Amino acid sequence: MKRIIDAGQLREIARQVRLDIVEMLYRAGSGHTGGSLSAADILVTLFFGKMRLKFGEPKAAQRDYFVLSKGHAAPALYAVLARLGYFSREELFTLRRFGSSLQGHPDATLTPGVEVPTGSLGQGLSIANGLALALRLNGTGQRVYTLLGDGEVQEGQVWEAAMTASHYGLDNLTAVLDRNRLQIDGRTKEVMSIEPLARKWEAFGWHTVEIDGHNHQEILDSLNACEQVQGRPSMIIARTIKGKGVSIFEDQVKYHGVAPSKDEYEQALKELAA
Amino acid sequence: MQAVAKESTRVEYGKVLALMGAENPDIVVLDADLSGSTQTHLFAKAFKDRFFNVGIAEQDMMGTAAGLAVGGKIPFASTFAVFAAGRAWEQIRQTIAYGNLNVKIVASHGGITVGEDGGSHQAVEDLALMRVLPNMVVLVPADGPETRAMVRWAAEYRGPVYIRTGRLPFPVIFDESYRFELGRGHILREGEDVTLAGLGLMTHHCLEAAELLAAAGVSARVLNLSCLKPLDWELVVDSARRTGAMVSAEEHQATGGLGSAVAEVLSEFYPVPLKRIGLRDIFGLSGKPEDLLAHFGLTPGDIKNAALDVIARKQK
Repeated sequence: MKRIIDAGQLREIARQVRLDIVEMLYRAGSGHTGGSLSAADILVTLFFGKMRLKFGEPKAAQRDYFVLSKGHAAPALYAVLARLGYFSREELFTLRRFGSSLQGHPDATLTPGVEVPTGSLGQGLSIANGLALALRLNGTGQRVYTLLGDGEVQEGQVWEAAMTASHYGLDNLTAVLDRNRLQIDGRTKEVMSIEPLARKWEAFGWHTVEIDGHNHQEILDSLNACEQVQGRPSMIIARTIKGKGVSIFEDQVKYHGVAPSKDEYEQALKELAA
Repeated sequence: MQAVAKESTRVEYGKVLALMGAENPDIVVLDADLSGSTQTHLFAKAFKDRFFNVGIAEQDMMGTAAGLAVGGKIPFASTFAVFAAGRAWEQIRQTIAYGNLNVKIVASHGGITVGEDGGSHQAVEDLALMRVLPNMVVLVPADGPETRAMVRWAAEYRGPVYIRTGRLPFPVIFDESYRFELGRGHILREGEDVTLAGLGLMTHHCLEAAELLAAAGVSARVLNLSCLKPLDWELVVDSARRTGAMVSAEEHQATGGLGSAVAEVLSEFYPVPLKRIGLRDIFGLSGKPEDLLAHFGLTPGDIKNAALDVIARKQK
């Protein structure tokens, strides 16, 4: 698939993906609005601007792999996967319904393009490490990407995995951390402090950068730069706004796991209109 | 039984794994700082680039194994059973079983015969924890040949498998022609009055109990139900129909493992008097294996007494 490296084009795709996310969640009547919208620009830039993928072929040989460690952002991932031609856009609007291939959290046995099941937090980085080890043994130059939430790093397994990636020098792995500063119960700094985040990852031996997680050019540049790093894994801490793109959802704790009401949905459509 | 060679299921796992490493380049092995005990060190020595020690981090090990499986490898992940099934249960549940991933968990030091390390290190609930997971196959080999056959089978089978090995050496029952078949139990001894069904070490205790019963004029059928899941329910029902009474025996809580599996089948299809030999809602202790087996009622004599009890309860 030809990569899209123009920031304007990526921004436009992200706008359409946000519209799909809002539509999916509104029709489903439940789901994670805030964390899906905060991750939209990261996922769009990664999937359309960086990863080696084939349109319509979720199992293509030599593809790069992605693990959505913050599995509750499934709507954002599904919207991207539909645009990659892995399944139809209409299917997006069956999200969370009985019989749908799109479960509340990613299920690799049901959804084309979902590589592993996730949703129980703290586990994706270990899985990404295993993939990176497998791909390194194969020697095909394939890369692994994973997206973590910021509250998620409160899980101890994340730091076990951080050690493993560093110990094995997994330079074919790039992790992105969606630093939207909120979790279900409140602000991360109030629920359980996670700072200094960058220094923690650096101390664990990771190449670590901090960027604006809504600036497509910055996201793309950092992904490209991390690919050049040798002998250690890379962490991109992406500063984001939870609910980004719809003013009433932005930086609001309550929209972590709540779908838009009819009024909110209509306002979101207006704000996201071209 | 005549005197036979003894083999440890744990040691035989390590040996066959190292052999398989040369035959199949897709086999990779993970351990969590117990490779000397689980015996994966033999593979590690021969195939350094395909062995991954994750340190004392069982949860990370299961996730890493899952990733290796998604990447096309055949990972064998080993640690003590209490940590594999206990500490990392949710990782196994959410990723390996839920995703039906091709990960082989071979957990050593199952049961109380771990001995001196005590109750904290004796897995007596691992079979229950694994048996309840959809997609998971649960195996407990009874000797060296069965261990080798199960491990070879697991590498060919596509899907998650849990194999429990023990610390102690057991007598060899099967010969080298033994081939493991999923969902098949084995009749090790024919008998008419009662069925004794065992797992691992307790399969041997069932055989010894059958000898004790024979001396008392009682004829016992002995089953090796090493494939705990999927269980050979037809063999269990056939044995109940034929002998009219049953005893299950396992180095595990009497709930959740073999005893429960047998009780589920019997109560649904062919109820007969049943006694479950296992730990009765209690944790293990430090001590010599033989002292612990006697304390917790897991000896051939205990199985014999249970057999006489269920025979007496048969409807006349």
